[in-house]
Amino acid sequence: MREIIYAEAIREALREEMIKDPNVILIGEDIGAYGGAFKITDSFLKEFGPERIRDTPISEAAIAGAAIGASLIGLRPIAEIMYMDFLPIALEQICNQAAKMRFMSGGQLKVPIVIRTQYSLGRAHGAQHSQYIPSWLLQVAGLRVALPSTPYDAKGLLKTAMRDGNPVLYIESSLLYRVKGQVPEEEYTVPFGKTDVKREGRDITVVAISRMVREAIAAAEILREQGIEAEVLDPRTIQPLDIDTIVDSVKKTGRLAIAEDDSKTGGVGAEIAASIAERAIDYLDAPIVRIAAPDIPIPFSPSLEQEYMPNKEKVVEAVKSLVK
Amino acid sequence: MSGLTEIKSIPAEDYAGLGFEKERLVWMLKKMIEIRLFEEKVEELYLMRGLITGPAHLYFGEEAVAVGVMSALDPSDYIISGHRGHGHALAKEIPAKLIMAELFGKSTGTCKGLGGSMHVGICLEKNSLFASAIVGSGIPIASGVGLALKYKKSDRVVAVFFGDGAANTGAFHEGINLAAIWKLPVIFVCENNKYAIGMKVEKAVATNSLAIRATAYGIHGISVEGNDPVAVHKATKEAIEIARSGEGPALIEYKTYRQKGHGVYDKAPYRPKEEVEEWLKKDPITNFEKKLIASGFISEGEVAKLRSEILSKIDEAVKFAQESSVLSFQELEKLVYA
Repeated sequence: MREIIYAEAIREALREEMIKDPNVILIGEDIGAYGGAFKITDSFLKEFGPERIRDTPISEAAIAGAAIGASLIGLRPIAEIMYMDFLPIALEQICNQAAKMRFMSGGQLKVPIVIRTQYSLGRAHGAQHSQYIPSWLLQVAGLRVALPSTPYDAKGLLKTAMRDGNPVLYIESSLLYRVKGQVPEEEYTVPFGKTDVKREGRDITVVAISRMVREAIAAAEILREQGIEAEVLDPRTIQPLDIDTIVDSVKKTGRLAIAEDDSKTGGVGAEIAASIAERAIDYLDAPIVRIAAPDIPIPFSPSLEQEYMPNKEKVVEAVKSLVK
Repeated sequence: MSGLTEIKSIPAEDYAGLGFEKERLVWMLKKMIEIRLFEEKVEELYLMRGLITGPAHLYFGEEAVAVGVMSALDPSDYIISGHRGHGHALAKEIPAKLIMAELFGKSTGTCKGLGGSMHVGICLEKNSLFASAIVGSGIPIASGVGLALKYKKSDRVVAVFFGDGAANTGAFHEGINLAAIWKLPVIFVCENNKYAIGMKVEKAVATNSLAIRATAYGIHGISVEGNDPVAVHKATKEAIEIARSGEGPALIEYKTYRQKGHGVYDKAPYRPKEEVEEWLKKDPITNFEKKLIASGFISEGEVAKLRSEILSKIDEAVKFAQESSVLSFQELEKLVYA
């Protein structure tokens, strides 16, 4: 199968859906003339024109609001929030308006929008251009949240998001943009709410999200050399979250580690740990361990940032503390 | 298109020249009375009978705005309403019984009882899209509606209602600017009723006009006497024509007054008595009714008949709401995701 990078997979999904459906439009900062802050939409302006590629001023609330409004009249807008750190400016529109509209209208309104954003942790961007906050959105009923970890999932999840009838927050990791992976040329989608078993193992279940999936797989290779077989799971979407597959895996391995870039306090891992405690505590042979970010803002200094970040070494260390 | 115009109250002798015929004028009066009597009933249901609970922001004194705007819009045009939206919904011809049922939280309400008073304005058949109770948030969404209308080459426009309070939110700035740069067919309906809860507009902005902000966005601004439905119609029509011709949005400031408190329980002691009395003299319905009677468009007897017909319709609405059922809790989960 051919291999393409994560960024290209996202670009292909956008492009293919735009060609197929004239109701798909893109709204965001610097997506047109500049080609996207990460060049995902490079040359889109030329191909699709300014009516469909809407460069906006620096107005995150209006980007989200305009996407919502346009979706009410039958368009399928893809809004881009350049850095996840800017998402809080648009959260009113996303959480109070988009996510609740269907419910509050008794099912009459539909808001089929995708909000693409990315986090740049690991690129020395400082505390206001690196943050990763998917757990903030976990409680927002009505919103879908997808976090692709491979080029294959990036394309397949984005296509699902663009065809879904709900507002979807689609979170990219800019550290993954250059990562290569197999992506079929033919049409496919990746369903929401289906945990992907990346690697089977009998000794411990490692649930990893977004960028940490690669780190967890690398950690599993190191652990294998030391005689520990880790099962690596990637939920791919945290809303909906396929907890059943995680429960089944924990019942088999008896141990659970969760690896993510989110803060340890109240992170997605905290929710997974609580669900496992509710549903599979009798199967656990060891405490649950979380490999996550410390509860401090992200430091700029590159060496400090590296210390801040979860990584494969931290996963190996945590797993070894459980499997003795 | 940018510029600033001011439209004052229009004398009855000018009606014929401006193309206002009896049928439209009587519809305006009837709708204004319907809104007033509806709100009186709501107040009674809250305060005296305790039949409805939760917040309710009543439209007393502002009836001419909703009615004049809807008169100028085509029924196929869209509106987005806000937390003080009973009047908008009634003027957009959403049946009173559906609005009343929503206030009662019943499954027959405009939001199946899941929205309440602050969200009654959902009726897709009437092109009433929704009502946001987060002040200002409907504004960028309206720009999005305008974006879709323009993209689809529709000649429809969208009017978004908000108050003087919303004019100080970030969403106001972001949303209007977006509509301005993209020349979207949006009418920004700013109902300046002088108060944002208890914050007087003079204390909240350093200018004596909100309409002048239009010039800063490079769009057309209109300041209009908001207690005269005919003036409101004329101002709104001017904006609609600009929008339909592809010249972009307009910001209209409708100068009116919130005759009662912020919500149904607020007695508004923070307002000077003289101010309230002054504005009560400018009551939109009393004055318009007098004008129409004096000019022979309608007789006192016909007005009395209108009132009694409306009252019985409102009583039927209350009965309908009371007899309707509440959604079952089990149904809620199905309404979260499509």
